[in-house]
Amino acid sequence: MKRFAYVARAVAWRSIHNTLVTPSVIVPSIVFPLFFLAAFAGGLSKISHVPHFDYRPGYTAFQFVFVFLQSAAFGGVFTGFAIARDFDSGFARRLLLSAPRRSGIIAGYAGGALARWFVTGSIVTIAALIAGMDVPGNASELVGLVGLGIMANVVAGLWGCGVAMFLRTEQAGALIQMPVFVVIFLAPIYVPLPLLTGWIHSIAKVNPATVVLEAGRGLLAASPVHVGLAFAVLAGAAVVMAAWARRGLASAERAG
Amino acid sequence: MAAELGSTPANGPGLLAQIGAVGRRSITRTLRQRALLIFPMLFPLILFAINGSALNAATRIPGFPPVSYRAFVLAVPFMQGALFIAVTAGIDLARDIESGFFNRLALTPLRGAALLAGQLGGAFIVACLQSVVYLLVGLATGVGIASGVGGAFVLLALSIVIAFGFAGVGALIALRTGSGEAVQAIFPLLFVTLFLSSASLPRPLIAVHWFREVATYNPASYMIEGIRSLVITGWDGRALALGFGFGLALVIVSLGLASGAMRNRLVRT
Repeated sequence: MKRFAYVARAVAWRSIHNTLVTPSVIVPSIVFPLFFLAAFAGGLSKISHVPHFDYRPGYTAFQFVFVFLQSAAFGGVFTGFAIARDFDSGFARRLLLSAPRRSGIIAGYAGGALARWFVTGSIVTIAALIAGMDVPGNASELVGLVGLGIMANVVAGLWGCGVAMFLRTEQAGALIQMPVFVVIFLAPIYVPLPLLTGWIHSIAKVNPATVVLEAGRGLLAASPVHVGLAFAVLAGAAVVMAAWARRGLASAERAG
Repeated sequence: MAAELGSTPANGPGLLAQIGAVGRRSITRTLRQRALLIFPMLFPLILFAINGSALNAATRIPGFPPVSYRAFVLAVPFMQGALFIAVTAGIDLARDIESGFFNRLALTPLRGAALLAGQLGGAFIVACLQSVVYLLVGLATGVGIASGVGGAFVLLALSIVIAFGFAGVGALIALRTGSGEAVQAIFPLLFVTLFLSSASLPRPLIAVHWFREVATYNPASYMIEGIRSLVITGWDGRALALGFGFGLALVIVSLGLASGAMRNRLVRT
């Protein structure tokens, strides 16, 4: 356990350090969610005038929850990119040779993803508050929202870690990003689920990301819905993704 | 020595032959990198499919044009594709600089203009290919072109002009920085032009004042509206003039600056 913690701490520290000192890494992960927030909350706010749009805190808060959770998931995705880059540069192979407990590598990268998201999530929250977002939820409900973000970050980070370790090349970037992107964007991101029509409504209804998004919006609006289910979905996904990342690590170990 | 670089001997191949040689390599390389070809083409289509349906409720906003949201938003994949082309073209050029291939080319009698125009050959082919794909996908999903068959050709021409302009931006960044990572890092900033435009709603329906102002001063709004007018309005001279005007201005400015950067890089070599 001590060796696991030692490896995890070292990998996490390197990941956080690299993120903070490399503008080409930190800037996109901050700028993208801010653009999403500006474009969706600013450019599409008139959508809240559509009949039956009934989210009490307003369109900025409606979009904030999406951008907040999306930034959490993409914090994990960007960490997947970093792992792939480490394999391309040869660093990851040296790490595999030197780490006394290799499963600590996964935990370390996941820790780095979480730290990266704390930076992004804080900036997005400050931006939304500056934009005048209404926050009816109480402290425990907001902690619940942050908890959803943490779990989304862990799930996406473990997914990215697994893909990067299986493929061990930066070209894995599209494969890491695309499924996360599609799952998130097939949830009701612009309007509540009942206002969606056609094929996208059918998919959004069964998309697990919908439950998480609706739970997050409910928590922010002080009218919680599906919170237990959302945490259960994310916890289940985390278990599956942890196994996926472990298999990815085993594949990288076999490849040498 | 530096002054001799990039000049063509009197009996050497002409400018067009030089462009053809570099262009062939650029096109072959682009077509061989299927990941770079398919992903940038697919991504805007996925967003088109999702947003075209997910934002259909926007058509119920009073004042929204009497068309489906899919028809309204068809212009966006053309712009997104153009932004991806900027990155692809920039990365290809930056890779040549990083690998030293560019330096070796600079030692040949190849002219700077031929090198730049040829390097963008791959981007031009991708621009043509993806514009046709986006148009066909739009038609296949039931979007009609209000300006008819002639309008469809004008739409293709406008989207190719815009894509070539953005390819010039990618080349400029690559030549200035010589780094593929720098080109990739600039991508979010290029995307701002799309986010902060009238891509999702008509400008009069953007409720947030600062956003509407930015979209009004953003040339990307007029490029999108030029393409959009052909799809949902018909022949709108003003929208087309603005669309082509800003598109051509982008081509001239980006290629002009890229030529300057190319000259500097050849001298540095």
